[in-house]
Amino acid sequence: MTDLRELYQEVIFDHNRHPRNAGPLPDANRSAEGFNPLCGDRLKLYLKVEDGIIKDIRFEGAGCAISTASASLMTESLKGKTEAQAETLFKEFHTLLTEKAHAPASFPDKLRVLQNVREFPARVKCATLCWHTLYAALANNSQPVSTE
Amino acid sequence: MTAPNQLLDLARVRADFPILRQQVHGKPLVYLDNAATSQKPKSVIDAEARYYAEYNSNVHRGLHALSQQATDAFEAARETVRRFLNAAKSAETLFVRGTTEAINLVAQSYARPRLKPGDEILVSQMEHHSNIVPWQLVCEQTGALLKVAPINDAGELQLDAFERLLNERTRLVALTHVSNALGTINPIKRLIDLAHARGAAVLVDGAQAVPHIVVDVQALDCDFYAFSGHKLYGPTGIGALYGKEKLLNAMPPYHGGGEMIREVTFEKTTYAGLPQKFEAGTPNIAGAIGLATAIEYILGIGLDVIAAHEHALLEYATAVSKDVPGMRLIGTAREKASILSFALDGIHPHDIGTILDHEGVAIRTGHHCAMPIMTRFQVPATARASFAFYNTREEIDALYRAIRKVKEIFGV
Ligand SMILES: Cc1ncc(COP(=O)(O)O)c(C=O)c1O
Repeated sequence: MTDLRELYQEVIFDHNRHPRNAGPLPDANRSAEGFNPLCGDRLKLYLKVEDGIIKDIRFEGAGCAISTASASLMTESLKGKTEAQAETLFKEFHTLLTEKAHAPASFPDKLRVLQNVREFPARVKCATLCWHTLYAALANNSQPVSTE
Repeated sequence: MTAPNQLLDLARVRADFPILRQQVHGKPLVYLDNAATSQKPKSVIDAEARYYAEYNSNVHRGLHALSQQATDAFEAARETVRRFLNAAKSAETLFVRGTTEAINLVAQSYARPRLKPGDEILVSQMEHHSNIVPWQLVCEQTGALLKVAPINDAGELQLDAFERLLNERTRLVALTHVSNALGTINPIKRLIDLAHARGAAVLVDGAQAVPHIVVDVQALDCDFYAFSGHKLYGPTGIGALYGKEKLLNAMPPYHGGGEMIREVTFEKTTYAGLPQKFEAGTPNIAGAIGLATAIEYILGIGLDVIAAHEHALLEYATAVSKDVPGMRLIGTAREKASILSFALDGIHPHDIGTILDHEGVAIRTGHHCAMPIMTRFQVPATARASFAFYNTREEIDALYRAIRKVKEIFGV
């Protein structure tokens, strides 16, 4: 069994305590809402996309340490990326957590701290909620997404 | 039944539950998720196995010996449930899949044909989703309205508001006996009397009550009483619905099929009498036998002995919680069953649950199928430890050691 410290790494506590890019984004042109019915976590994601590039991204919501840190790390790693790059990252992140596959060398180290979540199957949805919400926002899907 | 006040032989009862002997993540299992489902004594597991190994057969259908034996055991199980609830007749105790199915049955067979647009169903703010959604469905079907009696900050029903909400349009009152998310024990007899005084029928959700409280449906005078076997140390997929005979007789069947008919032609079908009218199809025979065995088991210990032990555990756990900085109890009713719902400042319940699990301590985290309660207390979720008679003070110490570990890991 993976040690708890491998799940709750310092980076995760740091992002949980001081989430980056938290709060509303008044000039957002994309947004989506995510919901994890299992634990009641809710997440709102706002994006400002121009010429296919994510110029700004922020999130709001209350969640566990894993989901807050994941959202914080995700927003950090997506700023300046194209929509296509963001979609690729979503797929790589998802595969990393759900299929225990290796991520390509190009995958940001920053996001790898969440890799051990896959040893805690009940928590995978906490880490992926923000990414599913991102996917919906990029598709401009106005229906709230749910992890169930 | 054993004499009341006989002290609980903890070592002996724990030995009756094979699952309790195991280790989880290398630590002894501390099972404190009894409100979600309780563990099963060996006698229950054996009774189910014996049915399948020795007399598995369909009930009410065969002339052969095994069928007779299975039918006898199934009907004896019904009689055990009748005695457990002190129903007047065993025909008033229907086997169902559980509380959820029982409530849906009453919603569709009792409420739906009677409700007119503008009629009201009254529930409380502390209901489990299974005592909310079936009524919302029937309201959509009939144009009736769902009214909600509020609770106070301790998680107790506000009696004055409840009384004010009762009126001549109230056709049915559906209330939980004990709240699964808060532990609150409702003054159910008083609530039933108030509802009856207004001419409303009453369904009691007894899912969390029957493992702790002696229930006498005749003394309560409730119209319906529902519970699940799996929270009562019995199997999953079996439960019971008590209904007054007069009401059940007047209700149309819930499901159609075999077993529930008297005569079928393509022109017209006549239905069987109680209880078969509400038990279409082959029932959960092993489950019913297992449930009866579970009831015999807890009656053997004595519900009063069980309640006294669980209450002592709750008091101990509540007292220790006061020494944990940042720990807040959700649900502090004066009358409480052994449920400890809590929040830790700055730590999400989900993180609590994962770390406790690592220490071998099983609790539930989440909204406990009672989202309106989470809204009421403005929390996304709670952590909930729920105690059974086989739990010990040492296990509560283990719970608090694990809670301190959570705080240590989170540095709060
Ligand atoms: C108060 C209450 N009512 C109803 C239910 C539903 O029971 P079941 O899922 O066994 O049908 C539960 C179980 O969680 C409960 O605690």
